[in-house]
Amino acid sequence: MKLYLPLDSVAVALGAEAIAAAILTEAARRGIRVDLVRNGSRGMVWLEPLVEVETDAGRIGVGPMTVADVPALFGSAARHPKALGLVEDLPWMKGQTRLTFARVGVIDPLSLADYRAHGGLQGLTRARSMTRAEIVAEVTDSGLRGRGGAGFPTGIKWKTVSDAPGDRKYIVCNADEGDSATFADRMLMEGDPFCLIEGMAIAGLACGAAKGFVYIRSEYPIAIRVMESAIRIARTAGVLDAGFDIEVRVGAGAYVCGEETSLLNSLEGRRGVVRAKPPLPALEGFMGKPTVVNNVISLASVPVILAKGAAFYKDFGHGRSRGTVPLQIAGNVRYGGLYETAFGLTLGQIVDDIAGGTASGRPVKAVQVGGPLGAYHPRADFDTPFGYEDFAGQGGLIGHAGLTVFDDSADMLAQARFAMEFCAIESCGKCTPCRIGAVRGVETIDRIAKGDAAAIPLLTDLCSTMKSGSLCALGGFTPYPVLSALTHFPEDFTPVREAAE
Amino acid sequence: MLDSADLSDRVAQILADHAGLEGPLLPILHGIQAAFGHVPQAAIPQIAKALNLSKAEVHGVITFYHDFREAPAGRHVLKLCRAEACQAMGADRMAAEVKAALGIDWHETTPDGRVTLEPVFCLGLCACGPAAMLDGRLIGRCDAGIVAEVMA
Ligand SMILES: Cc1cc2nc3c(=O)[nH]c(=O)nc-3n(C[C@H](O)[C@H](O)[C@H](O)COP(=O)(O)O)c2cc1C
Ligand code: FES
Repeated sequence: MKLYLPLDSVAVALGAEAIAAAILTEAARRGIRVDLVRNGSRGMVWLEPLVEVETDAGRIGVGPMTVADVPALFGSAARHPKALGLVEDLPWMKGQTRLTFARVGVIDPLSLADYRAHGGLQGLTRARSMTRAEIVAEVTDSGLRGRGGAGFPTGIKWKTVSDAPGDRKYIVCNADEGDSATFADRMLMEGDPFCLIEGMAIAGLACGAAKGFVYIRSEYPIAIRVMESAIRIARTAGVLDAGFDIEVRVGAGAYVCGEETSLLNSLEGRRGVVRAKPPLPALEGFMGKPTVVNNVISLASVPVILAKGAAFYKDFGHGRSRGTVPLQIAGNVRYGGLYETAFGLTLGQIVDDIAGGTASGRPVKAVQVGGPLGAYHPRADFDTPFGYEDFAGQGGLIGHAGLTVFDDSADMLAQARFAMEFCAIESCGKCTPCRIGAVRGVETIDRIAKGDAAAIPLLTDLCSTMKSGSLCALGGFTPYPVLSALTHFPEDFTPVREAAE
Repeated sequence: MLDSADLSDRVAQILADHAGLEGPLLPILHGIQAAFGHVPQAAIPQIAKALNLSKAEVHGVITFYHDFREAPAGRHVLKLCRAEACQAMGADRMAAEVKAALGIDWHETTPDGRVTLEPVFCLGLCACGPAAMLDGRLIGRCDAGIVAEVMA
């Protein structure tokens, strides 16, 4: 009997370890041999822990599981009270275009044989038959843009590093994933770590780099463990060797270390303060050497691009946002999780149709798109297509593609205050607009809350100073959530006292 | 309590384990914190010397990062997510209840040394918030009942 139960952090946080133990105990009691595969998560968080039972017809999902639901797994899976039918046929799965996440939840994340059987290593094999310039051109032609937030074309970054003179070059994978509402990097590393390894190896070939780092935040213990195991397995199998090797490095709880220059300082063992650009990390990065810094999803999208060709990938998408994007739908949401789709769905389709509105059943008030530096969007923005330029046009950004849904109980003044507070806590301290501005921002919003309407123009002034004067997007983009809250939800900034007068 | 010779032997071992790494300071500090539960003041000169840094530089790195502590934590460490997706599910209210039940604020330890309460900004469990981590164990859809678990 073959069963699947995710090792993904979400499944574990919702009790998967107890379910795993109960399955093994029950199997032993019945004298049945079970093959329990710990897979990645399919991304349907409301169904976790989700057990899948392999049958002749396919994999039948059963969930969300409790320990009490375990014995009935040993009868007919299809007739289990929590049976969901074939997982592949669930609407959430059928609606997706899974290119980067094709294997996540499907395979055993630490089986290289599984990885190969599901198309793994085809991209690297093809890249090995190509010149450096050809690999770079393939990535450029695919239209792939950085999924870490800034949306910079990946192929152009690689070309800069590839062409830069240097005796040593580095590929640094940014797995700091600090934005609230984002977990795609985590799910990919936990569910298909070889895909990231393959993407980094291809980047190494394209740029002439022999060494890669994966900088993973310390808040992700399971991702760290799975990545480290996968790297060891890849070394033993010769996928990684002296020509290109990878090391995992663990962050230490600083949001700003997701910013690429701060990350490089951290990797070098320094305080994670932001470096002024230029020089670009592509020319003077880790230890002053030419360095690619790319997000996990950018790198993990490269294997399918090399395997199936730039045209195949580029065919998906909308406007200048090509390919697919793993949406991460979170917060007060009925159906939350990871949904990979071509760019171009509207915000309303994502929130109302795919996510089914709020978990509380109350109306959606606001959706923050792009993490703590992203804007709060009202329902009036729901016809905005999901794309880099489209959200920029609405005074926002897509960032790492996380969406946080809030119901009508949300207090947008409190959310604006939190944005400033977060910036103050996480500022690296190097530039004044961010370090001091954020502290003043909290004070100013507190004045507004106490009924001082004259503080509102001070807040907008402060935001324009932070926007134009900050060294990086931490101080520079904190005005997005603050000003969007103020613009779209002015009633939350109107002093209650004034209304009473 | 460790005596100083013991401490310096163990620090020397951790330094040796990380020899040859490029930019080894963070891995070393993680190693030291894993061994001692915090980064003891007494270890700083030894680390500085081994890496050819000043004591002030090493101290500066330790204080920059939220993870590194200069004093031991309580016997349990409870981290509650304070970030937006968890806020949307009532994390602020839950945090207030937990603080009231424990009688402490963020970054404080109960007087009996049982539990230290810390904020964390996202655990990647944003579609099953409020999220928490108790002694390294991840918890989704957490509520103030977590206090009873810590006290048990
Ligand atoms: C404050 C701040 C935090 C950031 N955090 C992350 C992060 O956690 N992960 C990430 O990939 N990029 C993050 N970025 C963006 C990086 O600076 C950089 O643009 C990215 O790693 C480049 O990779 P890409 O081109 O593949 O997106 C952050 C930027 C800022 C300003
Ligand atoms: S926002 Fe709380 S876990 Fe991500």
